[in-house]
Amino acid sequence: MDELPRDDRDLVARLREGDEAAFTSLVERHHGALRRLARTFVSSDAAADEVVQDTWIAVLDGLAAFEERSSLKTWIFRILVNRAKTKGVREARTVPMSAMGSDDEDAAEPAVDSSRFNDRGMWSAPPLRSDAETPAKLLLRKELVAELERAIDQLPERQRRVVVMRDALGWSSEEVCNVLELNETNQRVLLHRARSRLRALLEDYQANR
Amino acid sequence: MLSCKQLTELVTDYLEGKMSLGERLRFQMHLGMCKHCRAYLRQMKLTIETLGTLPTEPIPEGVRDALLQRFHSWKR
Repeated sequence: MDELPRDDRDLVARLREGDEAAFTSLVERHHGALRRLARTFVSSDAAADEVVQDTWIAVLDGLAAFEERSSLKTWIFRILVNRAKTKGVREARTVPMSAMGSDDEDAAEPAVDSSRFNDRGMWSAPPLRSDAETPAKLLLRKELVAELERAIDQLPERQRRVVVMRDALGWSSEEVCNVLELNETNQRVLLHRARSRLRALLEDYQANR
Repeated sequence: MLSCKQLTELVTDYLEGKMSLGERLRFQMHLGMCKHCRAYLRQMKLTIETLGTLPTEPIPEGVRDALLQRFHSWKR
């Protein structure tokens, strides 16, 4: 485990002294990401909010005992994942199966539908050119944002968590493996499947709008 | 030679830098000759960037205030 970064050490010291500004900035820095990650474990925004609030309370309760063996961020997100898992398990008993992600993570699903290649594996229905598109332009379309969020929601759960952490939150593969307890190869396979599905959605969107 | 279908399965290994030198060269040679696969790679990168700019909801004021209160009582 890396030594605690100096910024973290300063921040922890300020928090322990009861520095309100330090706490506010910590909450503002991580709240959105915590909420997004929590939402990959539980089935409603309300449940995610609850998990995040519980997490902050656990962070405060645990701060005195925080041993500085992992980064503050990793520590906070591990607390969230533990709470979210517990909550997710409890929810699973009451949520209908149809509302949960399908469990086909180990099925070998191609990145692109096979019908789009000829028998030599060359494109017969090639991808659209999207040279002029930028994320900023795409995200101006509110319906695309909603569609992407829905598609993320419908991914199998491990794919969903990995792609959210890697691509939406910008974490490194090492951080993701660490918090989700995955090995690097698994993480990469899950990321590949998730990205491939979301790319297909974006392509459909561009083709049909 | 690498087929287009194979390339679409290797794209994450490529972007993650998880290829041997030989695999990387084969991948890049295919890209150099195939505009459809270049378009595919471009779409994949666009997808990743778009996910990275999805808006996050700001913390609701009520929640922030409740947490701050909690922080105050924790201090004491």
